[in-house]
Amino acid sequence: MNDVLDVALRLVVVFAVFLVLPLVVGQTEHKVMAHMQGRLGPMHAGGFHGWAQLIADGVKFVQKEDVVPADADRRIFQLAPAVALLPYLLVLVVIPVGPGEGAVGQVVDAGIFFVLAVMGVGVLGSLMAGWASANKFSLLGGLRTAAQLLAYELPMLLAAASVAMAAGTVSLPGILDAFEWWWLPWQIVGALVFFVAGLAELQRPPFDMPVADSEIIFGAYTEYTGLRFALFLLAEYAGIVILCALTTVLFLGGWHGPFGADGLGWVWTLLKVAVLAFAVIWLRVSYPRLREDQLQRLAWTVLIPLALAQIALTGIVKVAID
Amino acid sequence: MSPIPGSGLAKGLAVTLRTMTRKSVTAQYPEAQPELPPRSRGVIALFDENCTVCMLCARECPDWCIYIDSHKETVPAAVPGGRERSRNVLDRFAIDFALCMYCGICIEVCPFDALFWSPEFEYAETDIRDLTHERDRLREWMWTVPAPPALDPGAEEPKEVTAARKTAEKREAGE
Repeated sequence: MNDVLDVALRLVVVFAVFLVLPLVVGQTEHKVMAHMQGRLGPMHAGGFHGWAQLIADGVKFVQKEDVVPADADRRIFQLAPAVALLPYLLVLVVIPVGPGEGAVGQVVDAGIFFVLAVMGVGVLGSLMAGWASANKFSLLGGLRTAAQLLAYELPMLLAAASVAMAAGTVSLPGILDAFEWWWLPWQIVGALVFFVAGLAELQRPPFDMPVADSEIIFGAYTEYTGLRFALFLLAEYAGIVILCALTTVLFLGGWHGPFGADGLGWVWTLLKVAVLAFAVIWLRVSYPRLREDQLQRLAWTVLIPLALAQIALTGIVKVAID
Repeated sequence: MSPIPGSGLAKGLAVTLRTMTRKSVTAQYPEAQPELPPRSRGVIALFDENCTVCMLCARECPDWCIYIDSHKETVPAAVPGGRERSRNVLDRFAIDFALCMYCGICIEVCPFDALFWSPEFEYAETDIRDLTHERDRLREWMWTVPAPPALDPGAEEPKEVTAARKTAEKREAGE
């Protein structure tokens, strides 16, 4: 009975985090983007500096009609938002926020494999949406998503493999237990590659070719309205949280901090995630969208060689230490 | 080519970060009134005491948004044996601000200083017919018209003042 209660409690906490953090990131994006552009952003919803803007947006989305195009593959079309969103929830379960077993939803031994594999599933949601919409823009968006996934999954995997080599384990808590501060400069190239590739996989600007609204309307999400569209948006922000959390755990030492790692480990994790999320927003505001060929060139000629070089470096240092 | 590869990317990040630390330019309009220049073209005011129904404004108006009705009255002779005079009396003066494009030509052409710009702008309506301001409403706007700008220190004195001064000097000389 106690075990059931324990599992239920963990799942509830993970679910609450999954619902709250993406909204916090979204609201931060509203405000940070506005101020970076000399604006104020939402100021009215909720009274104080528009804190309830996303809740108001959610209410609006719920009220809208849920339209399925006549020629669309109905089942797949309706299933796609869930396929896009749920993998991030599953990934969140295995991410450790603090030291010990109490701060992880569920310890998975093959943590990195699980995380990267399940995150790849999230992109399938966009593919399904693009194919099932029976719309040429959706199809173009879906195919661009597929191309992007192929190009960027590889450097992401290689960068993560470098950390796994350094730690000698693929379990996420195991990596954190093995973490030393000098891993930071050692793995910095891998961290950058992982973060950039993750951004591209989330289709965040400047890697938002699949949803380039000035070219293909909104890519795979063109035909979506109401709640299903909101789920795709939520998936994007959940993706930001997951990407930042993974980068934190793999490269920035997670709950390790200059002091107070025992009791306040989760604060360090959250702080690092927040800083990375800010960087994600910052990059979106600062850079224009890459062209489709530039996007591919960056992945194949820059990120993959860098990731391979990082693996070589990791191997050499690892052998030298042992 | 920039000397250091990637320095352009860093510059872009610096620009957005610097902008974030500065005060934003958004005006919180309904809560905070905008600071408009005193000569802003907000609404047209009518000083109907000055209007002689010459119709110049209505005829010059590019989109015909000024409506004027009038009738003639006969003024009895001022002195015995004199001639009766007729004068125009203004019955209706209305400006349809749904049509007006705020060009200000009516104000420019008015030879009798009966039309003025006022900086007031908050007269939106839920019914388009209410945007036609009748004579009394146009007269009310007169209270919001700012005083004419002061003359430049080196400017000639106004014609009225010159004329008044000359008359006064002549009278003095006559006495």
